[in-house]
Amino acid sequence: MIEHNLLSVIIFAPLAGAVINWLVGRRLRNERFIGIVACASVGVSTLIAFYLAFNSVGALRSTQPIMDHLWTWIQVGKFRADFALAMDRLSGVYALFITFVGLLIHVFATGYMHGDRGYYRFFAYLNLFMFSMLTLVLADNFLLMFVGWEGVGLCSYLLIGFYLDKDEAAPAAKKAFIANRVGDWGFVLGLMLIFFKTGSISFFDKQNYGVSSALTAISGLPIDGFTWHAIFAGGVTSIAVLLFIGATGKSAQIPLFVWLPDAMAGPTPVSALIHAATMVTAGVYMVVRCNTIFTHAPTAMFIVAIIGAATALFAATIGIAQNDIKKVLAYSTISQLGYMFLACGVGAFIAAIFHVMTHAFFKAQLFLGSGSVIHGMHHEQDMRRMGGLRKYMPITWITMCAGWLAICGVPIFAGFFSKDEILWKTWSASSFVPQGFNKALWFVGAVTALLTAVYMTRLMVMTFWSNERFHASSRELDHEAHSEHHHEQVASHHPHESPLSMTIPLIVLAILSTIGGLVGVPYALSSLAGGHPDNYFERTLAPVVSHPNENMTTGEATSEVHWETPPPQEIDGKPAFGPAHEAAGAEHAASATELTEERLFTLISVAIALVGIVIGWIMFQRQPLRQMPRLLENKYYVDEAYDAAIINPIEVTSREGLWKVFDLGVIDGFLHTLGRTIVDLGKTFRYMQLGFVRAYAAIILAGALIIIGYFAYQGAQLLMK
Amino acid sequence: MVPQLSWYLALSAVLFTIGVVGVMLKRNVISMFMCIELMLNAVNLTFVAFSSFFRDLSGQLFVFIVMTVAAAEAAVGLGIIITVFRNRESLDVDDASSLRL
Repeated sequence: MIEHNLLSVIIFAPLAGAVINWLVGRRLRNERFIGIVACASVGVSTLIAFYLAFNSVGALRSTQPIMDHLWTWIQVGKFRADFALAMDRLSGVYALFITFVGLLIHVFATGYMHGDRGYYRFFAYLNLFMFSMLTLVLADNFLLMFVGWEGVGLCSYLLIGFYLDKDEAAPAAKKAFIANRVGDWGFVLGLMLIFFKTGSISFFDKQNYGVSSALTAISGLPIDGFTWHAIFAGGVTSIAVLLFIGATGKSAQIPLFVWLPDAMAGPTPVSALIHAATMVTAGVYMVVRCNTIFTHAPTAMFIVAIIGAATALFAATIGIAQNDIKKVLAYSTISQLGYMFLACGVGAFIAAIFHVMTHAFFKAQLFLGSGSVIHGMHHEQDMRRMGGLRKYMPITWITMCAGWLAICGVPIFAGFFSKDEILWKTWSASSFVPQGFNKALWFVGAVTALLTAVYMTRLMVMTFWSNERFHASSRELDHEAHSEHHHEQVASHHPHESPLSMTIPLIVLAILSTIGGLVGVPYALSSLAGGHPDNYFERTLAPVVSHPNENMTTGEATSEVHWETPPPQEIDGKPAFGPAHEAAGAEHAASATELTEERLFTLISVAIALVGIVIGWIMFQRQPLRQMPRLLENKYYVDEAYDAAIINPIEVTSREGLWKVFDLGVIDGFLHTLGRTIVDLGKTFRYMQLGFVRAYAAIILAGALIIIGYFAYQGAQLLMK
Repeated sequence: MVPQLSWYLALSAVLFTIGVVGVMLKRNVISMFMCIELMLNAVNLTFVAFSSFFRDLSGQLFVFIVMTVAAAEAAVGLGIIITVFRNRESLDVDDASSLRL
């Protein structure tokens, strides 16, 4: 383990930026100062992250993580949580793209938020977000990761609700925070259960601090059985399911995805950074970081894969019918996150991280591009009022084309390699998913890929290619009014291209979307050009998914695996579900038939992408305003269903039951009664002070009688004796 | 027949009770005062009765003191009543209740 104090500067530079912007920027109100402080602090983090990752003993070069122990935060009996950072291969990759994409988005935002009254507040929150996110990925134990987890949830709330005068911003922010919180419940329970089972919550062994790794401890446990009962048994499966609930909240999967479309009420750079590139990938990070736990819980892996695939398809069907450009991208994000969890669920953790990285590139690109479009269209977000923008915003158009082709999965663009990898690994997964299911999951993934291509093409066509509709009056289009902009008067000036501060990040991200996938070219393709069995990305992340307790060759696997219940399938006498390393991308002798099969599937992926683009073009180029099914446009009425089933009952119970009955009735009632009793007592005692002389006489008499009575009683007692 | 001690005590008690009831129920200040005097005299009767029956002079000594006190109190009290009457034009004790809460 290598100690390096520079690691903490990565997280504290943005924090310092946030503090400076909040305290000083507020006074100065100088946009240039605020922008420079914000971007410089993230820039410092970026430089340090790159240095620490790529230098000769860097995180991506050596197998040991770089650690930085700041202080011992909690130590109570066996429970130990340090404020300590660790950059290993996984967090190194994450830190690299978080800081770099974050930097680009900060630069973009300096242009996008120009003129806003809360400029300093925006950048303070954005820097605070970078601090939280980097704490999340660089933490070396669950509790510190949870601190970052909560921090990004908080910053998401602050930034979604940034526009104080937008009606829908505050409810959206609340919704995001509460949905996250429901997920956090699962996360915390999982964390506690990990502590109970292993006595530790740290990811890494730190001998000189006396800390042992919880993950290594779990990898020594036997693999749980593939039963539904295992979920509630309090074992590794329970831990995995609880942690996954946390991931569904943070990464917007079924059932907790409802906050992400509403979160588009925030400024577009926020949507790009938080809800596309970074915060929503925190769930995937956590699952991959805990891959030991998940691979020991086949039931949990199954659930993860099913939910991932279901979410991907579900969100894609909704995205195809949305009219707000940011909503399409929001549902697209949910869908792509579903892909990442599908990959995790079939054991292809490295593929999931690869997709996280490429998704960060192209989704940030698409969001920033849409931000540029919105900016150029004077804050118009409805695609039905756009069209033909490629003439007016050429740079935005070209860069968005790169993002578009990447997300559709067109070859050599980044998304192609990662998505193809996920689909192939789903089809060929032999562990963790019963045999028939992985073909079904592949089919779901393929349909989703087709839909992705269709709706992204629809977005591009409606925005850039079709006829110009931004001079049309409101009446000709759908009657729904926009809360932020009523077009009483038609936009009289043309849309314009965005300034350099916004277009340069677009160009950089477009380049990354184009070439960023080349680090992960699969062997099936690179072997055609003489490549290495494991591509660069796989080699980089391999240590993350291999485990010291499982140094077994494939032949000896059966004798060392303990099963709590008999496994459901047997192939040639060996259990169908093998230990993690069989499926986690470690080197396996790929036979020629496997390679051909993989190449075939690559072709199928390309075909799906191209067919999707063609379908989208044909459907929407001539008829950009083609009405999509109302059910999809109304997002299957999910929000309404949640309102009716959960929100309204809670609200009614709170208002009628808790507030009226308990708060007003019992507590306030108690206090009122207490007060009234005292007042009544006072009223009674008032008669002693009426100024009423005869009353005084009566009281004196009463007192005298009592005293005489007492003595008479005593005397009578004496007489009796 | 020779009067018993208990008869004297009973008479004194009755007089005292009449005085108490009169103080409480009479509204005229002068009447209240007369009832107070009645109570004092009832007590005097008790003392004298005990002094006579137990051949102890301290009872009668006490009566002297009580009478002195009664006289002084009557003087002061009547002075107060006259002042209050001058200010309020009324001898009704219920009207003198400006010390109420």
